[in-house]
Amino acid sequence: MANLATTFAGIRSPNPFWLASAPPTDKEYNVRRAYEAGWGGVVWKTLGSEGPPVVNVNGPRYGAIWGADRRLLGLNNIELITDRPLEVNLREIKAVKRDWPDRALVVSLMVPCDEESWKAILAHVEDTQADGVELNFGCPHGMAERGMGSAVGQVPEYIEMVTRWVKQHSRMPCIVKLTPNIADIRKPAEAARRGGADAVSLINTINSITSVNLDSFSPEPMIDGKGTHGGYCGPAVKPIALNMVAEIARNPATQGLPISGIGGVTTWRDAAEFMALGAGNVQVCTAAMTYGFKVVQEMISGLSDYMDGKGFAATSDLVARAVPNVTDWQFLNLNYVTKARIDQEACIKCGRCYAACEDTSHQAIWMKPGRVFEVNDAECVACNLCVDVCPVQDCITMVELPKGTVDARTGRTVGDYANWTTHPNNPSAQAAE
Amino acid sequence: MPNTMSPGIVAGRLPAAQLAENFSDLHAPLDGHEAAVAADRCYFCHDAPCITACPTTIDIPLFIRQIATGTPEAAAKTILSQNILGGMCARVCPTETLCEEACVREAAEGKPVAIGRLQRYATDTLMATGRHPFARAPETGRRVAVIGAGPAGLACAHRLAMHGHKVELYDARQNPGGLNEYGIAAYKTVGGFAQAEVDWLMKIGGIVAYCGFPLTGPDMLADYVNQPAYDAVFLGIGLGGVNALKVPGEDLEGVQDAVRFIAGLRQSDLAQVPVGRNVVVIGGGMTAIDAAVQSKLLGAENVTILYRRSRDEMPASRYEQDLAASKGVRLIFNAMPVEIVGQGAVSAVRVEYTRTEGGRVTGTGETFEVVADHVLKAIGQTLDGAPAGLEVIGGKIAVTGPGRTGMAKVWAGGDCAAGGDDLTVTAVAQGRDAAEDIHATLMQRG
Repeated sequence: MANLATTFAGIRSPNPFWLASAPPTDKEYNVRRAYEAGWGGVVWKTLGSEGPPVVNVNGPRYGAIWGADRRLLGLNNIELITDRPLEVNLREIKAVKRDWPDRALVVSLMVPCDEESWKAILAHVEDTQADGVELNFGCPHGMAERGMGSAVGQVPEYIEMVTRWVKQHSRMPCIVKLTPNIADIRKPAEAARRGGADAVSLINTINSITSVNLDSFSPEPMIDGKGTHGGYCGPAVKPIALNMVAEIARNPATQGLPISGIGGVTTWRDAAEFMALGAGNVQVCTAAMTYGFKVVQEMISGLSDYMDGKGFAATSDLVARAVPNVTDWQFLNLNYVTKARIDQEACIKCGRCYAACEDTSHQAIWMKPGRVFEVNDAECVACNLCVDVCPVQDCITMVELPKGTVDARTGRTVGDYANWTTHPNNPSAQAAE
Repeated sequence: MPNTMSPGIVAGRLPAAQLAENFSDLHAPLDGHEAAVAADRCYFCHDAPCITACPTTIDIPLFIRQIATGTPEAAAKTILSQNILGGMCARVCPTETLCEEACVREAAEGKPVAIGRLQRYATDTLMATGRHPFARAPETGRRVAVIGAGPAGLACAHRLAMHGHKVELYDARQNPGGLNEYGIAAYKTVGGFAQAEVDWLMKIGGIVAYCGFPLTGPDMLADYVNQPAYDAVFLGIGLGGVNALKVPGEDLEGVQDAVRFIAGLRQSDLAQVPVGRNVVVIGGGMTAIDAAVQSKLLGAENVTILYRRSRDEMPASRYEQDLAASKGVRLIFNAMPVEIVGQGAVSAVRVEYTRTEGGRVTGTGETFEVVADHVLKAIGQTLDGAPAGLEVIGGKIAVTGPGRTGMAKVWAGGDCAAGGDDLTVTAVAQGRDAAEDIHATLMQRG
């Protein structure tokens, strides 16, 4: 059986599934139960400086987007960092770590942007025997207004500076958690590496308003008629997170920097995808908040079965396996020609492929008598929209034209690999060597 | 106190509470969340097959999407603009042979989108507001007589009134509604829905209803057509007569027309409706099913349907057959009555097995008896006293296009007119289309 044990930035855990720093990890009671359920690691909810803790709103903290049957697709929150006293959190962290030595326990931190503040809190955390720290440079609401969270994460120079302080004043592994609310995710990751970070984790939540109440005209979640932007997470953000993870994984400047993948991990498959794109482990929040801690058991069995099926003995066999296949558009093979094929046996004749192609694409699907839908190869540009809107899995597939055949649309023979860089229409094209 | 074992035809076989439960809604209405889930299953098909399958051509994908987006009243308007009796049709349509049979999810997974129940959700939501979503056009000064206040007549009257015509609506019964009020199984239209729907429909204005008027008879039309006051006449008189069984013993006490049995049941306190201990229903249509199931629900001990052809040929859908079977009704196929047996009152039905040869049903010679004290005939209805001057074809008034008869001022639709299935929804479509044609004709005359 596949070995799911991982060592991430020097931190060991029996499996790559960690709970992200968030409401589920705010106290001892939760974290113990999470470990009992099987979670490999926990990032404790973000601690702030000593003194009176922050306060949270006393109305709704979460907003949501639902799919069919109220399946939770996206969650947004305006909760701040822990609102419990620092000493209580530290005491609990120490107790939990003592009882669960084989599980990862990382402490998330967010203190004002000065060296003394960081130095002070790091000493407290070291005392707990926690395995490492995660610097919360991602939180996009509330704390950012006070110059913390994503206010730091959006300025690469600050990231580098704070990371350096942390590495200077602590022996603990340091994970820098990045905000996606930025134009180019590679820049903060590079800054973290320059500062000496042992790893990055991403994505933190995305600035968002989930909905607007059309009677009171207030954004949701609503507090006394007003709303504010909150952090968006859950299955809906996964594609954004996957891309950002891949961007860092394939960036030469950050190559080899461990990545903890976060953003909508709900099933083993999501986790495997993050790992294939370079994440050494994953962090989960919304799935646990939706279904409870038990979901990790499906993640463990699913990933284990998948790795067995692929013959992967360790997670390192999976990690970054897809990274070499992430490329720039300009290097995509323009001689890779496919055509949509509709399996008439599987077709239920809903006509969605036809409506999509006829109204919004290339008029490449015929609707014939008896509601028979067929692809007109002379018009099909292989856009895949018909596949995407078809309600029947595998009813429409994209079939590759073998080399040497003629594309009925262009009249050209399918040739060898060739990309935009050498294409005659490209003004800056160079002749192929 | 009588019970299910009491001999003869008696009322009150079941306690009132049991009767109330038996005759409650066949399908509970969807609540908001159930409707959202059901609506989400719709694929919003291109040129959707369900629309084609609907006799009134309701834009089903659109109304379902309107439900999905939280606007059931807009959904109702989409439905009602095509079918003003969309509330009743949502309850009584054999959707399993119409829209839901055509649904691509039926093909995909044998489980169609619950179109009928969604339609009910939308129309009930709107009707609960008491609002009528359509407004009358300015008065045209034209006057139309609509004869028969069943589904065809009501749909015709509403559409005419909407176009600004004055409508006088006549019906022989004490209440309007036709078979909606007198002919449909009670558990499909609980809570006085048929009358409530008529009242709601009348809110369009411009319709005056006259009930308790004798409608049929050879001279009937003359009364209306020859009145210059009417610019047009629509006939939606239904089928007032019933077919005879033509076997010995048909006149015995305890032999009854199923349509009369159902009409009586619909208009009475259920505890007062007499039913036999051993009921035999003869026929294979919806009336046979409705009569048999309701007999059982009233407390009959044994209920048997005799149908002279095979299961596959039965006009009642498999869904209806299964409904009857689930209520404990026994269905015997390829069996025809050859004699009603009894001394004064019926005591049994002598039945002969049949086979079909070249489309014709013939007896095999093998017979058996079914004990019976109550025999309900559901072997079809007939046009009762066709109005003079109209061509009758196959027992129905001949029409062309949107219900035009051979007489210039006279249109016809619903069960009394030739063409289409004898369904509520078909009658609505025919009444509506005739109204549009009447409107176009009247406005053309200037």
